[in-house]
Amino acid sequence: MALALDRSKPKNGHLNPRSSKTLLIVMIAYALYTLVPLVWLLFASTKTQSGLFSSFGLWFSDDFAFFDNLVATFTYQDGIFLRWLGNTLLYVVVGAGGATLLATMAGYGLAKFRFPGRRAVFAIVLGAVAVPGTALAVPTFLLFSELGLTNTPWAVIIPSLISPFGLYLIWVFASESVPTELLEAARIDGAGEFRTFFTISMRLLAPGIVTVALFTVVATWNNYFLPLIMLSDPDWYPLTVGLNQWSSQAIGAGSQPIYNLVIMGSLLTIIPIVIAFLLLQRFWQSGLTAGSVKQ
Amino acid sequence: MKHLPSPAARRTMTVLAAGTAAAIVLAGCSSSTAGDASDGGAAGDGSFAAVEAALETGGELTYWSWTPSAEAQVAAFEDAYPNVKVNLVNAGTNNDEYTKLQNAIKAGSGAPDVVQIEYQAFPQFSLTDSFVDLAQYGFADFEDDYSASTWNSVTDGDAIYGLPQDSGPMALFYNKAVFDGLGLAVPTTWDEYYEAAKAIHAADPDAYITNDNGDAGFATSMIWQAGGQPFATSGTDVTIDLQDEGSQKWTENWNRLVTEGLVAPTSSWSDEWFRGLGDGSIATLVIGAWMPGNLISGAPDGSGDWRVAPMPTYDGTPASAENGGGGQAVTSQSKNPELAAGFLWWLNNSEESVSIFLESGGFPSTTADLTDEEFLADAPEYFGGQAINEVLADAANNVVEGWNYLPYQVYANSIFGDTVGQSYQSGTDLNDGLVAWQDALVQYGNEQGFAVNK
Repeated sequence: MALALDRSKPKNGHLNPRSSKTLLIVMIAYALYTLVPLVWLLFASTKTQSGLFSSFGLWFSDDFAFFDNLVATFTYQDGIFLRWLGNTLLYVVVGAGGATLLATMAGYGLAKFRFPGRRAVFAIVLGAVAVPGTALAVPTFLLFSELGLTNTPWAVIIPSLISPFGLYLIWVFASESVPTELLEAARIDGAGEFRTFFTISMRLLAPGIVTVALFTVVATWNNYFLPLIMLSDPDWYPLTVGLNQWSSQAIGAGSQPIYNLVIMGSLLTIIPIVIAFLLLQRFWQSGLTAGSVKQ
Repeated sequence: MKHLPSPAARRTMTVLAAGTAAAIVLAGCSSSTAGDASDGGAAGDGSFAAVEAALETGGELTYWSWTPSAEAQVAAFEDAYPNVKVNLVNAGTNNDEYTKLQNAIKAGSGAPDVVQIEYQAFPQFSLTDSFVDLAQYGFADFEDDYSASTWNSVTDGDAIYGLPQDSGPMALFYNKAVFDGLGLAVPTTWDEYYEAAKAIHAADPDAYITNDNGDAGFATSMIWQAGGQPFATSGTDVTIDLQDEGSQKWTENWNRLVTEGLVAPTSSWSDEWFRGLGDGSIATLVIGAWMPGNLISGAPDGSGDWRVAPMPTYDGTPASAENGGGGQAVTSQSKNPELAAGFLWWLNNSEESVSIFLESGGFPSTTADLTDEEFLADAPEYFGGQAINEVLADAANNVVEGWNYLPYQVYANSIFGDTVGQSYQSGTDLNDGLVAWQDALVQYGNEQGFAVNK
């Protein structure tokens, strides 16, 4: 984007046709790069197990088994896929929802209130952004084991509730888009802090909240390592860990490869997240650019 | 398929798990009395009678397993012993399960009563007293029920840490259609195997005699067959010598196939692999005797083409090695080790359970089944009506003795790709890779508190 802006700005304000052609090619290449695996997944989902092995990846095979695969995915092992889907939804709604709420309240509070220790909190949050969750998985496991929470949904939900990055985003966003004057006006009119937060600030923060929600939803939806470590009972698996279990059925003695179901399961797993992106992307765009221009 | 763990992620997990394992080794040493395992049997009088009594009294057990036959076996067990309830949990396939088990052991709770473990992972847990020594329940009486190599894999001296379930004596699985089409004889020695590899690849550049892109399980089994004994453990003293005669014999043999590009760079168990097994572009597999069921379910297109022959040898003397396979063990965390031992005994020693296991396509470790007329006469259509079990059972008798795995073999296997795997990728001397592997293993072992090569 920077390239396009720098080179095409001058003169009549229209984009330079030459550079836009290059840009177009780059964009097409990038679109192909991201779309080809999806297209492969769509074609593969129509094939039987043997069709997968004997046909070209980016076209149909002789057999069309899309609906058979769909039914088989939902009925295999007494319909455990549906259970995993429900688990993922639970983790996303409670985990990502809670993370968004907590990040919003905390980020707003840090941005708009002066209190001792703000700087310390700021440093800790920034530090926490830098630590990958994977590195904390085993210590978290041992901690949860002490509390007797491993192998329960809480083991996945509680760590998901914390989103330092979301907090930081809301903090920056709130500093820019919630005018302190407005809050003072509300206070003078007699509104309590919570009322101000829920009726005024949250609306102003909406694009930021959606951005954080998208981030946390995607993170929780794709969460793999934490549930893999925490859960040993397949009844609590989210889709990611469950699909991996199906995939590893192909390994070792007594293997029962079900690649067609793994592929159909993967397709079904990405559909909700694609829909979420398409519906919320306009919020996201405005959220990402928030604070980038000084008004 | 971004949901699948990357090799790196898997490695991280194994590293964590193995690190924990070794930490426990140290803890075990410092407390000098390593008899924690026997504390569990409070009511035990040290005999099998206590186990039988526990089965009648009943109780509840948790059993971790990923074998396809587990569900039917548990159901049959609960019919036979209605007072016992078994919660079957599939906690993941091999390494995933070991990581969870290791974490549960480290945490002090959360481990199941009975757990499925592959032979290569047994030492990691048994040397850290994570498993109950079943000798106290008179399990030594069962020694003659199992093939020598599998019994050796679950025991350490007089200590018995589990009962074997399946076994994987290696044999040569080959696609007869490919060999007949080229007028090739079935190789009986590695030299003939090498000649066949050249002929197959010359006739069709997309076809290979086998696949191998650096698989630790395969390499260790091949060294085993060649007579190598690179790993030895005594207490916390570990010796690693991947340059011993047997190891060198294997690299000398296998180097020519790898450096000349005669093996397909395909990962085993991938969809591409199953595809190659079905269409003949992977013409042979030197692999454990548990393979037939996998071919039948995973490569149906190859039906009728495949046959089984003894594993090629270096000098014509029959020699085989174990490849994969495993058994079950009772964990030290079990609150009712006698009942758990009873379930384990039924699972891997009763005719009823073993027959369910055989029906699911498993290959037995029990001598009674390995010599059973009906078992030996089985002639699957997939293998053109060949009595394959005769060949496979014979392989079980020819397993070279004296092999041991490392007490951190799970970790070792996870870094195989970074060391020996490099030689595979660049098509260079596998010996260099083995040296790099050994260096990494010595360093890691010493870091974890073992005395390696000291």
